[in-house]
Parts: sequence; C-alpha cells; structure tokens
Amino acid sequence: MPVTRSYAVTASSIRVMPRATGGAGRKGKALPDQNLEIDKISKRYGDVVALREMSFEVRAGELFGFVGSNGAGKTTTMRIALGVLSSDSGEVRFGGEPVTLETRRHIGYMPEERGLYPKMKVGEQLSYLARLHGLSPRAAAKSSDEWTERLGVEAKRNDEVEKLSLGNQQRVQLAAALVHDPRILVLDEPFSGLDPVAVDVMSQVLKEKAAEGVPVVFSSHQLDLVERLCDRIGIVRSGQMVTSGTVAELSVDSAVRLLVHAPDAPRGWADGLAGVTVLRHENGRTELELGAGTDDQAVLKAALATGPVHEFARSRTSLTDLFRNVVTEPGE
Amino acid sequence: MSTPIQDKSSGWSSVWLVASREITTRLKSKAWRISTVVLMLLIVAGALVMKLVSGGSDATVGVLPQSASLSAPLQASATSIGQTVTVNPIADEAAGRAKVADGSLDALLLDDPKAPGKVSVVVKKDLDGKLKNALNVLAGQAAFNEQVQKLGGDPGEVNKAVAAAAVNVEPMETPTEYSGQQIAIGFIAGLLIYLSLMLNGQMVAQGVVEEKTSRVVELLLSTVRPWQLMTGKVLGIGAVGLLQMVLIGVAGLAAALGTNALSEVSISATVGAVVWLVVWFLLGFLMYAIVFAALGALVSRQEDVGGAVTPALMFVVAGYIIGVTIIPSNPGSKLVEVLSVIPVFSPTLMPVRLAIGGVPVWETVLSVGLTLAALPLLIWLAGRIYRNAVMRTGAKVKLRDALQAA
Repeated sequence: MPVTRSYAVTASSIRVMPRATGGAGRKGKALPDQNLEIDKISKRYGDVVALREMSFEVRAGELFGFVGSNGAGKTTTMRIALGVLSSDSGEVRFGGEPVTLETRRHIGYMPEERGLYPKMKVGEQLSYLARLHGLSPRAAAKSSDEWTERLGVEAKRNDEVEKLSLGNQQRVQLAAALVHDPRILVLDEPFSGLDPVAVDVMSQVLKEKAAEGVPVVFSSHQLDLVERLCDRIGIVRSGQMVTSGTVAELSVDSAVRLLVHAPDAPRGWADGLAGVTVLRHENGRTELELGAGTDDQAVLKAALATGPVHEFARSRTSLTDLFRNVVTEPGE
Repeated sequence: MSTPIQDKSSGWSSVWLVASREITTRLKSKAWRISTVVLMLLIVAGALVMKLVSGGSDATVGVLPQSASLSAPLQASATSIGQTVTVNPIADEAAGRAKVADGSLDALLLDDPKAPGKVSVVVKKDLDGKLKNALNVLAGQAAFNEQVQKLGGDPGEVNKAVAAAAVNVEPMETPTEYSGQQIAIGFIAGLLIYLSLMLNGQMVAQGVVEEKTSRVVELLLSTVRPWQLMTGKVLGIGAVGLLQMVLIGVAGLAAALGTNALSEVSISATVGAVVWLVVWFLLGFLMYAIVFAALGALVSRQEDVGGAVTPALMFVVAGYIIGVTIIPSNPGSKLVEVLSVIPVFSPTLMPVRLAIGGVPVWETVLSVGLTLAALPLLIWLAGRIYRNAVMRTGAKVKLRDALQAA
C-alpha cells in the first residue's frame, strides 16, 4: 500500500528560506532563454543497453529533477551531456545548437563520484578549475573567493582538501561546479551525504541559479526533496524517460487522496460511502482514496457525524507513489 | 535572442594550464627539492673523488740519502710505463722502515752495500704490481748501464739511442681511444638519465592514477579533452625533470671544471656530454612518459602503478644495465652500438656512448631520427589507451580492451 504524504505539510516547512547575499545576479547580466535538450541519446556497453533513446528538456530557469532506480541510466545520461562519455546516437543541444566542447566549459558539473585533488588547497583548486573553464586568472581568484564565502568555507581556503570534514568537502565540490559562473548546471546526486543545513544551502543556491535563467538538472533519490524543489520531474526506467512534467501533471490521472483525523471515528466509518476506498485507519487517522467525481464534502459530513474532526486534508499523489507506480510497472 | 558561446581559447591554453599546475605542485614538493639537492651533491662529490683518484700519484717511495741518485731514474722509469711515483727523502733506514710499517710509504728503496747498482726495497707485505714493474725497469736499467760501462761504452749515449728508437706505426683505420675519465663521464651520464627516467616517468604514472583515485578526473574531463590532460601532465613533469637535469648537469660541469678533475677531457667534450644528456633526457622522457601515462591510466589504485608500468620500465632498466656492464670494459661493443640506435634503448645507451666519444655522426643522427619517428606512433597509441581507460575505475583495464574500445 503506498504511503500518502500531505503536500501542504511538506511545503510549509521549506519554501521560506533566508536569501543569502552576493550570489544571484552578481554579474548583472541577463541570460537569454536557452534550454538544454537531451534528444534520443542511446548508449550500449557491450551487450548491455544503458540508454534507449533518452529524451527530455530542461528549460531555462527551471529546476529539473531526474529520478529513477539505481542503474536506470541517470549518471550515464549526465556523463553524456557533459561529454565525459560519448553516446552511440542522439544529440545534446543547448539553445538549439549541438553541445560542443566550448559549450561544455559553461556547464557546472557535480559528478556522482565526488573528486578534487586531495593535496591541493581549496582556494587554489577552485581558481584552477575556474581557469580550466576559461576564466582569466583574476576573475578565477575573485570567483573562488566569492563562492567559498557564499558556501561558508572561506576559512578553509588555505587548507588542503583532504584535511576538510566531509561536509565541507561537499561544499567545496559544489563551489567547484559553480566557480566558473556556469550557464547550465548538471548535478549528479548533489544532496547525498549533506547535513540538513547544507541541504538548505544547496537548495537555495540551485534556486538562485535557476532564477538567473540557468537550466538546472539534478538527480536524487530523496524524492520529497525533489518534489518540493523541482519545477519539473523526469522519471527514468531502464534507460528510458518514462514520464516527465510537473508533479501536478504527473498525478493528474491519479485518484485524489484524503487524510482525515477524527479521533472518535470507529473503524469502518467510511466504508459505506460511494466512490471511497479506505486505505488505512490508525489511531483515528484515516486515509481514503476518492474515485473520479466523488464529492469530498460528503466524506467530511460523514466524518463530522462521528465526532470532532481535527484534520481534513486533500493530497495529491506524492512523487514517491508516482515513482513506485512507474518503476514497478509490469514488464520490468 | 541568444548569445552564442564562443571559443575563447585554443586547445593549448588548457594544456598549458594543466602543465603549470604540475610544475608549481612539483616545485613546491619537498621530495623534489631534496632529490635535486642530493643528486647535485652526489655529482659534485663524484667530481672531487675523481680528482683525488686521478690527481694523486700511484705510489710513494722512500729514498735514503745514499741512494738519492736513484730518485730521478725511478721516476723516469715509472713514467715510461704510465705510472706516477712520488719520492720522499728519508733520513735513515729505521725511520723509513717505520713509515713503511704505518703505511705512509709504499716502499723504501735500500742502498745495499753488498750489491752496488742492484735495486732492493722494503715493503710492508707485498709489492704493488705496477710499482714492481717500475722498479724492475729501474733494476734492468741499472744492470744494462753497468754492462755498457764494463764494455767501455757510454750508458748515456746508448740510452739516448735506445729511447729514440721506436716502431713506426702506420694505422689503416683511425683507432678510437677511450680515456678512463671519458668512460667515467659516460657512466655518470647513464646513471643520471636512468634515475631521471625512473623518477620522472613514474611520477607521470602516479599523477595519472592520483587523478583516477581521487575521481577528480571526471570533473577535469568535463572541461578539457583527455589528450590535453595527458599532454599537460607529461609536459609539466617533463619541464620539472628537465630543470632538475640541467641543475645537476651544471653542478657537475662546474665541479669538474673547477677541480680540473677531467684533465684528460677537453672542455668542449664535457659540455657536449652534458648537452647530449639533456637532449636525450628530453627524448627519452617524452617517449617513456607518454607510455607511463597510458599504462597508469589502466589502474585505479596507487599500489597497482608499479605493476602497470613494469613492462615499459624493463626497457629502461635493461638499457641501463647493458650500458654499465658492457661499456666500461668494452666501449666499442657492437651489441651496444646496435642497441643504442633502437628507440627504446637509445635514451639510456646513446648519451653514454656520446659522453665516451667515438660515435659516428650518422649513428647519432639515426638514433635521434628513429626516436623522433617513433614518438608520433607512441603518442597516438598512448592517447588512445589513456582516453579509453582513464574514466574506467575499479579493476585493472586490460590493455587490449583499452586499445579496442572506440
């Protein structure tokens, strides 16, 4: 039985976040609307098909969540977008043009397997990476200073990376993806291994980059995080994009769910209601699924008839449920 | 509206960035500084030792006042067989015997009243073979003079005539003469190039693996091409190795010229040996470093680097061992001559031969030419292996897979 999660409850705790200074729009330049398009890319490793005509689009200024089981092809897709791996067929485009090595220098990338030079100092390392992406020495040093400050590791600039705590190494890794002021962000599991504070910092930075007009795509297994952060979501299975869109779009076909907290309600209070399926009843909390066209107000009346109602919430299907439905479809 | 992304920098600017990171990292490392200083000290010490060995005399002989007249003939006869003998005047026989006993004299020349003109010496245990030859010549000379005198001749006139008489040699080919000092330079050149190829070549392989182990390679390859990363690394470490080689070469040259340790070798020959050493370091390093980079890319752990580069390293070691075992005793060896023009052995053998001298120009040109010709092929092969293997972490990538993968 899928677990329903109230959309209202999750959203309330996160959406409001203090806006840090210095990050967004610091260059003051407006980026044109340029989308990142992944068009029918396929990849085989010997007899194993890793990607089968994988296609999706990340629009300028949008946060795109890339979800799928392990081995579904997320990392392979990202590596191909970055040019670290070549595809057998298909094309990656940015702003309508095929992505070249030069375009790739404007992508901020966080590989799934994190990596920096362990014995190089944080500041020097970030400047070096910025210069490899085409920044001048001065701009690279400035950007390195800005991002270490923005991500709260300015005190570690002269420390070797290997001497940093894992959390701080992750922050430096994010700085490495951002230090060259990228026009596209591709992040493989950026939230894995982060503490809650770092998750907030990371979320904030990604939102700011998107607000600058940068297409941002990231993969994650933390579906609640993806659900509340992303504008659109793509679910992959066995190397193919199964479905993509906003959470609302994806769940349009799904039944409406209700969570009712009526402490005095006896077990089976809702059984007689037309179009209603009881999913769960525990400690006075009942989860219901409503068939198409069912009136939820009739349910509320029935609940009130049992006594007080403390909570009556309508929820859309959560991403977790969608994901389960999609990835466990027959034929797997 | 759209702003097309423009190519602002050529491929070589990335190579230069990668190379300069390698250079600054290595120059800052303690290991590099220490090894450079140690090698510089070693070569200066080597020059000093050579000076002591070649500058001093071969033997010291004590001469009593009674036999002082033998001093000049002894030195003359020693010189005639290529020896240097220092003569120390000694006051009396007892003092002389004491000096022989404590080792400050190799021999004490006695004046035997019973056998005037005969040569007899006191030694501690045994007479050194070369000194014995010199003394035998002296004894023969004395006997010869005595007989000449008995027959009524003038020993001085006879000796002059004998000295003037010598065989007239007409060579059909100009022989190559190898001086001991030149062989010593060759030996040092071989050792230096061997050490340098080993140290710097392995550094390239370790650097490649370091990037794989730390996974930073994926981040780097998202903005630079594999060939840029590999070339930058090889050139950067090569530049640092070259600097080290030049520092050691200049230190050795300065020590040799300053102490005049290389009295038998012309300055131009010594400078030539150093220049060739640097040239062959460059050629050999380029050739081996790119191979080491490719082999390093096959493995993902530092502890596997040794095993991965061993096949290529064997050629460096083999060349060096052939060089140090055959060349000093047989500088004109045909085997060495042939091997030294084959690219894989040239870097370790040719600089040794060039330092010793007597290498025909065509062989020099051929060996450099063949190595230069082999480089593009090796670069192509190594680039292919590196590109295919560098992103594959985990188990060792098989060489065949790395070559075949698209």
